[in-house]
Amino acid sequence: MNRSQAKLTAGIDWPIFGMYLALVFIGFLAIFAAEYREGDHVIQNLLSQNKNWARQVLWFGVSIVLATGIWLTDSKFFTATANLFYAFGILLLLVVLAIGTGVKGSNSWLELGGFRFQPAEFTKLCTCLALAKYLSAMETDFTKLRSRLIAVGMVMFPLGIIILQDETGLALVYLAFFLVMYREGLPGVLLVIAFSGIVLVLSALLVDKFILLYIFTGVAAVVIYFNRYQIRRKKSRLVTIIAIWAFCASFVMYVVPFVFTNVLKDYQVRRIYVMLGQENDPKATYNTRQSMIAIGSGGFWGKGYLKGTQTRFDFVPEQSTDFIFCTIGEDFGFVGSLIFLGIYVSLLLRIIFIAERQRSTFSRVYAYGVASIIFFHLAINIMMTIGLAPVIGIPLPLVSYGGSSLMTFTMLIFIMLRLDADRQMVLR
Amino acid sequence: MSVFNQSRKRVIQFIMLGTVLVIVARLFFLQVVETKYSKLADANAHLRKVIYPSRGIVYDRHGRAVMRNEALYDLMVTPINVKNIDTAYMCEILEIEKEEFLRRIQVARNREGPRRPSVFANLLSPDMYGRLQESMYLFQPGFELVQRPVRSYPYGVGANFLGYISEISPGMLGDTSGKYNSYQQGDYIGMTGLERTYENILMGQRGIQYLVKDNLNRPQGSLEGGIFDTAAIAGKNLRLALDIELQVLGEKMMAGKIGSIVAIDPQTGGILTMVSGPTFDPNLLSGSYRARNLGILFTDTVKPMLNRAIQAAYPPGSTFKPITGLIALDEGVITPDFGFNCRGGYGLCGRFSRCMHSNPGHAANMRAALANSCNSYFMHLYRLSVDSKKWGSTKLGQAKWVEYLNAMGMGRRIGIDIPSEAGGVVPDTARMNRVYNNVWNSCSEMYVGMGQGQLILTPLQLANAMAIIANRGHYYIPHFVESIDNDNSGILKKFKEKQTVAHISPESFSSVILGMEDVVTHGTARKAQIDGIAVCGKTGTAENKARINGKVVQLKDHSLFVGFAPKDNPKIAIAVVVENAGFGGTYAVPIARVLMEKYLNDTISVKGKPYLTEMLKTNTFSAEIKNKSKLDSLNSVNYAGAEGAVIMRKILGQ
Repeated sequence: MNRSQAKLTAGIDWPIFGMYLALVFIGFLAIFAAEYREGDHVIQNLLSQNKNWARQVLWFGVSIVLATGIWLTDSKFFTATANLFYAFGILLLLVVLAIGTGVKGSNSWLELGGFRFQPAEFTKLCTCLALAKYLSAMETDFTKLRSRLIAVGMVMFPLGIIILQDETGLALVYLAFFLVMYREGLPGVLLVIAFSGIVLVLSALLVDKFILLYIFTGVAAVVIYFNRYQIRRKKSRLVTIIAIWAFCASFVMYVVPFVFTNVLKDYQVRRIYVMLGQENDPKATYNTRQSMIAIGSGGFWGKGYLKGTQTRFDFVPEQSTDFIFCTIGEDFGFVGSLIFLGIYVSLLLRIIFIAERQRSTFSRVYAYGVASIIFFHLAINIMMTIGLAPVIGIPLPLVSYGGSSLMTFTMLIFIMLRLDADRQMVLR
Repeated sequence: MSVFNQSRKRVIQFIMLGTVLVIVARLFFLQVVETKYSKLADANAHLRKVIYPSRGIVYDRHGRAVMRNEALYDLMVTPINVKNIDTAYMCEILEIEKEEFLRRIQVARNREGPRRPSVFANLLSPDMYGRLQESMYLFQPGFELVQRPVRSYPYGVGANFLGYISEISPGMLGDTSGKYNSYQQGDYIGMTGLERTYENILMGQRGIQYLVKDNLNRPQGSLEGGIFDTAAIAGKNLRLALDIELQVLGEKMMAGKIGSIVAIDPQTGGILTMVSGPTFDPNLLSGSYRARNLGILFTDTVKPMLNRAIQAAYPPGSTFKPITGLIALDEGVITPDFGFNCRGGYGLCGRFSRCMHSNPGHAANMRAALANSCNSYFMHLYRLSVDSKKWGSTKLGQAKWVEYLNAMGMGRRIGIDIPSEAGGVVPDTARMNRVYNNVWNSCSEMYVGMGQGQLILTPLQLANAMAIIANRGHYYIPHFVESIDNDNSGILKKFKEKQTVAHISPESFSSVILGMEDVVTHGTARKAQIDGIAVCGKTGTAENKARINGKVVQLKDHSLFVGFAPKDNPKIAIAVVVENAGFGGTYAVPIARVLMEKYLNDTISVKGKPYLTEMLKTNTFSAEIKNKSKLDSLNSVNYAGAEGAVIMRKILGQ
């Protein structure tokens, strides 16, 4: 490793690196704003590490060390050890499931000598690497059902374990990999089905199930009527229609009520109803309402940095982690939020651009994985702060306070940058 | 593969951009279109705290505080901090049950939430406060004692006109006229008496402090360094014409009697004393047992909450005669030398109405008729007044006569500066038409000439009539407040204006006044003689009837006295009414005498003392009232504060 200074940064994608720094810095500012009170001793707090923002500085330092390490590692290392990463990640998840420490109702934390660590964050990276490895393997033919099932299984396995750890929010992020698989050839109709599924669930929650049953039956009858000539020729068409009708009906009549009463936790059900505007219990809607008040009261230009009353006086819960966007929305207003989202969108589009310029499938799949994960986090996190999604606790990448999260996303991005820098070297 | 899936890159970009656009649209709605969120954030974070100034103090004419402020203590609780305390001990101190203790904690929790203090027990009695103070360390930090200013009355007198404050009622808060806009629930407001009339002055100006608060409603400091705050300004002090020593004396003398005393300084219209008997210690309505006491006082059979000086009206009886004479003189229907040949009754209206005297010449002129209190003479004067040819008809004459009464403040509210004043009843033509079915003449109500019949007046109106005679024809609207410290609102201006009602020559006046002087020197009011002072007066022994169980029953006569002194340059005009007591000379005169002597000489002579001690002892309550009324037991607790007792000891020379 006797590269010169000039060569050390050779091949790095500066836009991504710049946006990475910008987001971490904004995150630091927001965490600081969420916690800082007039009269606090900044230096003292920094040294004694008793504030989230001070710890975030430490985590950033650790992340930079990690990033440097990754940057100095040969990119072949990641392709070679992808499956090992995955195995290690799954192992960690299982260990946590067995001996995990409870933080706020979930058992997804691992205590390591005073530091708490959330493997579910880290496993995203492992899954991303493993999926890239599998899809880029010579023997994988992703047009085959078997390959698709294996790929889906690789994603669903950690997802299942994380659900068992009561981290539904983190688990849902793994669905982001379907976007990657779609890019790699998974039939588009799956996206349509997934979308229909969401609509079906929502309507099952919003509309009385018997009314839905009548509607389905009516629609089926109409469809059968208009297809009566085709059906006369081809009986299987009738079977298909009736099967779809039966599926929808039983889904609405039995599956959704069953899931809501037996699978989901009470608080999760309530959060979903809150998001749909069906629940008026002030206790249940408190977080969302306070968060919307914080963001809404920011107005067009914002209240100014450190001037937000909602965040300064702790009206918004979890404001340095899950609800960090409130601080940005309140202090910097619509304009600030727009610029902030602009940075994110640029980052996402830049990652997709990088993905598409890769010669190796591994790098492309991996980069798409990074984009999808960041996108899922961003969309769900911000939507829950503005009342468009139920409150499921997932952090805003690079911005929310949290060591596990910041390190995971740093590693995700820098592995991608390393792969990108080496894109000319090999064609795998 | 890569090329094949190029279009899918577009789909993924589309999904991402679409999602972000949805977010941006929502943000635009929340932050730019919808304005309620910034209001909600302010409501969240701003705490508007009202700072209550202390109420104005009320002083008597010599600068002695008769109503001031005193600190009592409330026990406040912050429910979340209540842990590991000796509940049983606290319950024992507060004299409550465990259930009540838990209930109050719950109430506090519901009212202010678990983290903010709210009242657990208000206005602790001195005993409870003392015991709590000693053991407070046992109950902290969940409980604390907080000072609260309440009204206190060092002399323990004047309840009826000083009035009381109480929490503003929902009815007042719902008032749409905007009068109570600056009040909010829980605020105190003057309900009666001076507290009510001068509410805006006594209240002062509330201060408002804007604080910022956190999510647990805890104040976190002032908003923007306090630039939106307004300071509280203490209420202004009132200075009364009242002489607190007269008030103490009067209330003590009226303790066992139903009735009233009003004394006015004729030269200013200032009220020197206003007593409604029997009354109560105003301290009863500001301490720990306020609610209980208020209930007892409102329902007591002697109606101590009623201010009889302005709210009760009595037939004036003979005390009205100087006024009948005055009107006849002013109208010019007679001269002071007019005489009436009274032979022990009045027969000019068909039937013969007997009167006291029959000796010839007892009504030879105005002075003699007054001194001898000749009923016939004054009934005749009334008839002459209303029948006089100059009015055209008896009805017009009656209207003119009533006009005189109104001008003197009778049959209407005079306009004293405390609320709930009654106007009395005078026989105006509308009333006469109603009572006599439109067919009446001067004989129909000739008894009003001697102060009976369709005529009832309040003690205030009687006292004011005396001020008019003392002033030889004018008066000032009777009022308590002579001046307000640092006030230039002009609210007292109407009390400084001279009200002229009669235009008779000093000679005509002197006939009435000399007659009244004769009443004192050798008439029915001889007990009112004070050495070295020419006292003028007139007694009254008024017949009165009441409807009891549907039957009209003649009750024992009211004892009345009106008068003023000294004759020249008068300083005090007084009216005393003792209900159902008997002759005017027996009760009303000695009471008036003691007060006049005290006011004019600042002491009570050896001659006057027996009257005082006798009046302090006398109880004119009927047996029934004595049984029913709980007032004595209530007052005996602490009636007339320490200062009042000092005054009584000083006067009695003990």
